[in-house]
Amino acid sequence: MTVETKLALSVEEVRAFSQQHGEPQAFADFRANALEQATALNFPKPDRTNITKWNFIDFPAHTVESAAYASLDELPEAVKAVVDAEQANLYIQRNNTPAYTRISEELQAKGVIITDIQTAVRDHADLVEKYFMTTAVKVDEHKLTAYHAALVNGGVFVYVPRNVVVEEPIQVVFVHDNAEASLFNHVLVVAEESSAVTYVETYISTVEEAKGLVNVVTEVIAKDNAQVTFGAVDNLTVGFTAYMNRRGHAERDAKIDWALGLMTDSDTIYENTTNLVGDNSTSDFKMVTVGTGSQKLNFTTLIRQWGKNSDGQILKHGVMKDSAQSIFNGIGHIMHGGTKANAEQESRVLMLSEGARGDANPILLIDEDDVTAGHAASVGRVDPAQLYYLMSRGISQAEAERLVIHGFLAPVVNNLPIEGVKKQLTEVIERKVR
Amino acid sequence: MATLEIKDLHVEIDGKEILKGVNLTINTNEVHAIMGPNGTGKSTLASAIMGHPKYEVTQGEVFLDGENVLEMEVDERAKAGLFLAMQYPSEIAGVTNADFLRSAINARREEGDEISLMKFIKELDKTMDFLEMPEEMAQRYLNEGFSGGEKKRNEILQMMMIKPTFGILDEIDSGLDIDALKVVSKGINEMRDEGFGCLMITHYQRLLNYITPDYVHVMMQGKIVKSGGQELAQKLEAEGYEWIKAELGIEDADAVTEEA
Repeated sequence: MTVETKLALSVEEVRAFSQQHGEPQAFADFRANALEQATALNFPKPDRTNITKWNFIDFPAHTVESAAYASLDELPEAVKAVVDAEQANLYIQRNNTPAYTRISEELQAKGVIITDIQTAVRDHADLVEKYFMTTAVKVDEHKLTAYHAALVNGGVFVYVPRNVVVEEPIQVVFVHDNAEASLFNHVLVVAEESSAVTYVETYISTVEEAKGLVNVVTEVIAKDNAQVTFGAVDNLTVGFTAYMNRRGHAERDAKIDWALGLMTDSDTIYENTTNLVGDNSTSDFKMVTVGTGSQKLNFTTLIRQWGKNSDGQILKHGVMKDSAQSIFNGIGHIMHGGTKANAEQESRVLMLSEGARGDANPILLIDEDDVTAGHAASVGRVDPAQLYYLMSRGISQAEAERLVIHGFLAPVVNNLPIEGVKKQLTEVIERKVR
Repeated sequence: MATLEIKDLHVEIDGKEILKGVNLTINTNEVHAIMGPNGTGKSTLASAIMGHPKYEVTQGEVFLDGENVLEMEVDERAKAGLFLAMQYPSEIAGVTNADFLRSAINARREEGDEISLMKFIKELDKTMDFLEMPEEMAQRYLNEGFSGGEKKRNEILQMMMIKPTFGILDEIDSGLDIDALKVVSKGINEMRDEGFGCLMITHYQRLLNYITPDYVHVMMQGKIVKSGGQELAQKLEAEGYEWIKAELGIEDADAVTEEA
């Protein structure tokens, strides 16, 4: 039996919000319909984390008003640090407000779209209708996807036409500077046939407190032979209840690679699924995290492989300190028909304190005979033999520990293509493990 | 001249006594070799001097130029001038060989007096070239995926870059093919001078064909039982250890066991 949940907004309020933003009638209907579904649908059930007491429904305000940035000079220092002034393609959102957009003329001429999601809903209704929660994530998967669809209040749309190769990375920064704000961001990246794009997003809090919700859905759609590299550093403050869903859909010969630095201080359910639908499609998923304080974290990473000769790689490294509790679920699923597919995964958790917890839970689901698969998982402390070795060269214990931890988290740091973002992640790690 | 002085050293591991009173004095500009059958405490001596956490010193002293080494943390021993080329170097993912070496060199220098990047790179290139190591090894993660021979070369590379006062080499020759052994020996011989003393622990006399020691010591049952010059090593090579056992009345039954 499902229990109907009283949601924070009514259908009328959602329709009013849609109208206020000049959205087409079809999108208002989409929202209203999603909200009705959200009432009845069940919450997701992340394996080994009980979220029944988590508040994913109520928030202080659906949207907060923020001023746009007239120029990059107005950015807070913490944001300036991650944004390269020369960055050709940049979108900055401040709480729920599209605050700055820059896209090179060259890309515009080629038909590349980089715009906030509200503008996309208005000006690119055909593409939005085609891809928005139709291919990668479905509205009715569970209560949180439906709630997200009803309440989307930010995000970005990136569209790369056929055969277009975007040379410079596209940078997106979501700034959180109002404790009342909730982020229902929708990120939609569509790479048409034989296109290529690198997208890097940063979530950054400049306030120390959050009272709202995070319910983010990200869809990456790589059509035949397209290549998408997706980098992210999540660095939101404590106090949110967060659901971060990042999903990939790869068609024939397509590639979706992920490099995620998941450093948000709030309790968070991370759901990362990549569907390798087409033959020869590949995904290389890498994430690192540092859990601190009393936060609860669930990282569920799934690569589903229908494609023949597809290749799914999962690498997850986590450092847990204080009394942080974390679950690392890794699932490689080769579907019937996915002959010659390969699924590999590795989860490693480094515990820095007695009270911290980290469980690595590797799962391989194989519905086809002619495949290869493997997994490795470990949970442990910093190896005393490593510390001894480093110290025997004159390096202090603190510095030796720092080197080992940074080395452990290097796989993602080294894979981030924007220097400022890479540096920021290094600094966040430095601060968190100290 | 600097002196490393080991006095009546007794060492236990997991409550079992391995070293039962080792006495040894090494000066700079000297190369000492410690030989002996497996499981007699040779590697324990090396690890105890460096301060491996598993080894407990129950009696005796180690002085480096009068400073009590046993009171120092592992990193302080290194900064005081000791270096141990390990038998089983750790692998550390995510830390490049070059970054690690620079940290190690700078750890021994004062803040504000760090080695310049240019100088470091120049010296690293030169030393790697000397040890016939491919350039890309500088950017590989520390010992990760290195072959046995590559790890040993990397230990010598570190010693040459860090320039300790005393180098202790724990079975630097085991498992090396002859080409690698020649290169490793070349590195050690290059270090020999007035500012450097060396203690080589080996199981095989072959190493001493490439590095001529000034002193040879034989260790059995946790003690140094015989000392001499190069001729002692040659006699061991020709006749094995049995004659020493007979001479000193040592029986194998109570041979100590030793880890790594």
